[in-house]
Amino acid sequence: MTAPLIQIDRLSKRFQSGGGIFAKPRVMMAVRDVSLTIGKGEVLGVVGESGCGKSTLARLVLRLIDPTAGRVSFDGTEITALSPAALRKMRRRMAMVFQDPYSSLDPRHTLAEVLAEPFRAQGEPFPPDRLPEMLAAVGLPATMASSYPHQLSGGQRQRVGIARALALNPDLVVLDEPTASLDVSIQAQIIALLADLRDRLGLTYLFISHDLGLVRYFCDRIVVMYLGAVVEVLPNTTTAPRHPYTHALMQSNFAPDPARRRAIEPLTGEIPSPFALPPGCAFASRCPRASDHCRRETPALGGETAHPVACFHPL
Amino acid sequence: MIAPLRALTRPQGGIAGLWLILVIVAALFAAVLTPYAYDIQNLPNAYQPASAQHWLGTDEFGRDLLTRLMYGARTSLSVSATAISISVLCGMVLGAAAAWFGGWLDRIVTMTVDLTWSFPEILIALILVAIIGPGTTGVMIAIAVAYLAQFTRLTRAQIMTLKGETFIEAARSLGAGDAHILFRHLLPNALAPVLVSAMLATGDAIILEATLGFFGLGAQPPVPSWGGMMSAGSALVFKAPWVIIFPGLAVAITVVAINLYGDALIAELDIRARLRRDA
Repeated sequence: MTAPLIQIDRLSKRFQSGGGIFAKPRVMMAVRDVSLTIGKGEVLGVVGESGCGKSTLARLVLRLIDPTAGRVSFDGTEITALSPAALRKMRRRMAMVFQDPYSSLDPRHTLAEVLAEPFRAQGEPFPPDRLPEMLAAVGLPATMASSYPHQLSGGQRQRVGIARALALNPDLVVLDEPTASLDVSIQAQIIALLADLRDRLGLTYLFISHDLGLVRYFCDRIVVMYLGAVVEVLPNTTTAPRHPYTHALMQSNFAPDPARRRAIEPLTGEIPSPFALPPGCAFASRCPRASDHCRRETPALGGETAHPVACFHPL
Repeated sequence: MIAPLRALTRPQGGIAGLWLILVIVAALFAAVLTPYAYDIQNLPNAYQPASAQHWLGTDEFGRDLLTRLMYGARTSLSVSATAISISVLCGMVLGAAAAWFGGWLDRIVTMTVDLTWSFPEILIALILVAIIGPGTTGVMIAIAVAYLAQFTRLTRAQIMTLKGETFIEAARSLGAGDAHILFRHLLPNALAPVLVSAMLATGDAIILEATLGFFGLGAQPPVPSWGGMMSAGSALVFKAPWVIIFPGLAVAITVVAINLYGDALIAELDIRARLRRDA
């Protein structure tokens, strides 16, 4: 692995909801004690089912929300400690592509205005001659500059979202399920575009997804999250999973070839409420390998440094 | 902005718009359009019914009713429109600040606004005119304050919903500051519904202005206002009914026209409705 661009150190985020004079607020740990590094030029995938905290992690990395505990360093600068003004400057080096291409573009702005926004937000004049080039980079015709988002298809909107993220030549792009709300054929186009842009511009990606197949296709390393915590980091896309949860996730993927399909073993048991996590391993209630030990103590992420897993009974 | 023009192409929007243009033109060019003065009395000519010389007849001082109606439109429209403009401006600033900054500011603004919201507009306006004193300035301020709650609440609600949109988060992720987000995203997106509601409120404000005028609290004689003319006509209902009927009709038709045109504007301005039609 090359020099790390992002270092995440014991990051936690707690959300409170409700609560009043008489009621205790409900506390939820969206992200629990996550430590990760992302190398320069790496594509790090984060997978997990909905509600596992992967989008919260993405927003913490960009400090769109403040962590409850822990640190994030970007290229040696601790962004969790930056002043608002310094953070705004820092934002030109990191960008985000959002899940929903429909609500991530202002309905009242033309594409030209959308693509000028990164410059205006940084208090710079927008070089108008860059506009055709920015659109061309994501495969959109220059004639679209005066279109409004509602005149575009979902795939086209997501291309605009990518062009906006790349406007200031960032080092890091956080992709928060960029293909989740697109058709499968459009998904492939967007992924091909992202891969091409990475090769040309030397970008680093943090790729959030719930689609393990997509992540295995696109990413260098894969982080598997379950209820806010990292349970396994796969060093490459071919390594066999060691955590029972990762195993179950991979088992639940359909192979496109019917001859290669096998019976899916569904997970049984209830997913615990994130508001009231049981002691021990959070996955124990659904794990076929769980023992009493798992229900008493929380397994730490350990084992080989290249392929850490948080399990007492790894595969 | 083409939406106000497109609203004219709709059937009710067109008829209503035509009437409003007529009233505005009559108010602006009253001095050119009529040979009579609004304030010169001609007592032998009093109580004349409609005729070729006086299209709508004359009042108890022999003044041409149509002339007074045109000059009255000047008072009614300018007072209501100015009052609503002040109200919209202040309401948007208050509502946006409350929604954006939240916390104690939001609580104070919301509480104050809800308190005034619980009184009818006419009551607030009457109290304020009683404090400030009668006259056009007093009425203007009274109407502006009476409608302030409506625009503050509307702007606040709009911005609260918009705040959660992904494009606001996207702007923040690019390093945009509060002012950028407020002026480039939140206010432009909140503007359309506020403007339409301002349009509709202008109709209500004309009625409120006429009511205050009817009580003798608005423009002071001899300056005509629709409310003041109706007040004078109320004593002549049997002797010269046209003196009260025509200003009353002017108020009614103008208010209905504003509402119809406002409805057409709502249909034209709503981005989602336009999307549905295009699809």
